[in-house]
Amino acid sequence: MTITSTEPSVAALWKALAARVARGERFAGLSAGRSDDAVTLTACMARPGEVDSLEAELPPGAVSYPALTPVIGAAFWYERVIHDQTGVVPEGHPRLAPLIKPGDPEEHALPRHVAGYGMFTIPHGPVRSGVFESMEYLVETPGEAIPHLNMRIFYKHRGIAARFTGMTVSDGVLLAERAEGIASVAHALAYCHAAEAIAGCEVPREAALVRVVHAELERIANHLDVAMRLADAAGLAVATARFALHKERVLRLVSRLCGSRFGRGLVVPGGVSAFPQRPADFLPMLDKLERQVTADEEQLMGTSSFLDRLRGTGPLAPARALEHGALGPVGKASGYADDARLTRPYDAYGLLGTEPVRQHSGADAMARLQVRIDEVAQAFHLIRQALSDLPERQRPVPRAPCEPADGRAVGWAEAPQGEVLYDVTVSGGRVARCQPRSASFHNLVLMHEVFAGDILTDFPFIEASFGLSVAGAAL
Amino acid sequence: MSIWVLRGLRDGVVTTRWPGKPDEYADSWRGPATVRQDALNAVDAGIERLCPAGAIEAFDRLRVDQGRCILCGRCVAVRPDLFTWSSGATGPAATAVTRQALVVPEEPETDAAVEAARAALAARTAALRRSVHVRHVDAGSDGSEEWEIQALLGPVYDIHRLGVFFTASPRHADVLLVTGAGTVGMTGPLRTTYEGMPDPRVVIAAGTDAVSGGLLGDRLTGVDGAVPVDVWVPGSPPSPFEILTALLVATGMLAGGREGVPR
Repeated sequence: MTITSTEPSVAALWKALAARVARGERFAGLSAGRSDDAVTLTACMARPGEVDSLEAELPPGAVSYPALTPVIGAAFWYERVIHDQTGVVPEGHPRLAPLIKPGDPEEHALPRHVAGYGMFTIPHGPVRSGVFESMEYLVETPGEAIPHLNMRIFYKHRGIAARFTGMTVSDGVLLAERAEGIASVAHALAYCHAAEAIAGCEVPREAALVRVVHAELERIANHLDVAMRLADAAGLAVATARFALHKERVLRLVSRLCGSRFGRGLVVPGGVSAFPQRPADFLPMLDKLERQVTADEEQLMGTSSFLDRLRGTGPLAPARALEHGALGPVGKASGYADDARLTRPYDAYGLLGTEPVRQHSGADAMARLQVRIDEVAQAFHLIRQALSDLPERQRPVPRAPCEPADGRAVGWAEAPQGEVLYDVTVSGGRVARCQPRSASFHNLVLMHEVFAGDILTDFPFIEASFGLSVAGAAL
Repeated sequence: MSIWVLRGLRDGVVTTRWPGKPDEYADSWRGPATVRQDALNAVDAGIERLCPAGAIEAFDRLRVDQGRCILCGRCVAVRPDLFTWSSGATGPAATAVTRQALVVPEEPETDAAVEAARAALAARTAALRRSVHVRHVDAGSDGSEEWEIQALLGPVYDIHRLGVFFTASPRHADVLLVTGAGTVGMTGPLRTTYEGMPDPRVVIAAGTDAVSGGLLGDRLTGVDGAVPVDVWVPGSPPSPFEILTALLVATGMLAGGREGVPR
């Protein structure tokens, strides 16, 4: 059961967080809510089996509080968002520039972090070459090396968290699906897990299995997308086309099952909205797809001109991954694995006996790709297992009544990018507050630190190897 | 390295033949919700509240604004007697050349407006036809639209075969393909990109978010305020076929838009 505790003061809250971090728990997010005149700070802490939320209220009329970032570095971006949203100043924060609020449009040349002869800044974005989501990188460089990088994500800030307020619980899941479109299923799951925890409802076994099938198909599509982008960055035209083909086939499989290529409309509080319309040749198609994906992955990992670009590129020191609590494949590649499917199993993952993926120690772009390749193999295995436990047709639709009235809970799910958290408060059957936190947001800040010794041409590899979504980061 | 060449030949030709030949996947596609033919005059009090995105209108008769439909399927599930899915991703119904034409069934007076919009678009794009360069701008999408646009460059859709290319510079672009609900932060960059394009230029709003803001419609209302939209594509997200249809309509390769016939 989630522990929701209220600390008497911000200082006491920070002390409690530091004590938990010292015990080996992971800092998983910090947010602020404003009601009337009071600002409440809420922190999420992940431990085996649960995610706890701890909060403290600022004194009435307070315009500042002592920053958490000097104590727990991972709060760096979270406190910038709090400052943007509430105007409250975290005293002692190392760099309180706007993150999700548009800054001064004229202020293109931010004060440079690195000074020296011949240093200049390359503004890259928000409209970038190719089909990309909008964000801006400000690359400080003497010509080749990248001693410092700044990221601006506010261009895409849509105000998702605020939009949740006042929605019915069943409408909320539709918005959750659109918070980070390429991880629709994971976001819907995290949101629904919170709603189900509040209502105390048990998801039928069949629904839990269907959810696993879709969550894993989504993982495969995302990881193939990363492989495609990496191959594209290396100029491997055929490999790019092959992985694009496989990804398209996965999206078509998903649309065959539920009508949407992104599995939208499927996950609902209490279960799933419909039983998958599995075509007769679904399993053979899945087997064929796996054979082809595996063969192309092997070929890719044997193409030396490709591997040369990945090896040693964008290293994230394991100590930093641990300290920051890096999520998903980024964390796993640096030896820090906190996979919600294993440590906090949900839906049918506990039943299916999910195994941890192989340890990789490279901590570079190559290790991140290897983790993804392992996860793809595991995903195929999980899908097959889940399907073998499911009947071909099912009537009625597996869905438990789930109408939460009042309460609060944290829901989680392991998206392809890493853990997604939803801190949901329901009051009178409607969402009073919903704070989504994507792995993209938590991991993206680590991009600041991985350019040690890498040069401009490594940039697309490093960006692709993180595999994040700007929509999920800016929300 | 040469082994990749052989691998590329492994599956034969996987590219769709559409629009030359019909495509099974495109034809079986489930589009936005629509009103059933036999339910046109049914008006139930409060039926508007069924739709979480506010796409159902019931003033004098029942209508669905497909530019607001997020394809959640609630109306079809709860009232199958009134609503159904529209089908197919490539027909003339997949895109519209006026915003009003996305409201189905259409008002008779929109026919004339559609005709006028189509003629104006055709006059402007007469010079494009065989070689078209597209600039994509994300104005606050959820990220899935970018995947569907990226898919057009893959082997299955391969838009290069139709003479459509993506370009990095707005100076080389004929078409501005916009996704996303139109966030405050992207209004300026979107506007700058549009202004950087030479005439004639065509703007496509791809996806329900870009058309109306979708679920975020109470604060973000799509991209039409920032740039003048010529072709409207519903869908959350629109499938690659729907985006492809819009590109062909925008450039006069298909005389599409609602009520139009492929040329």
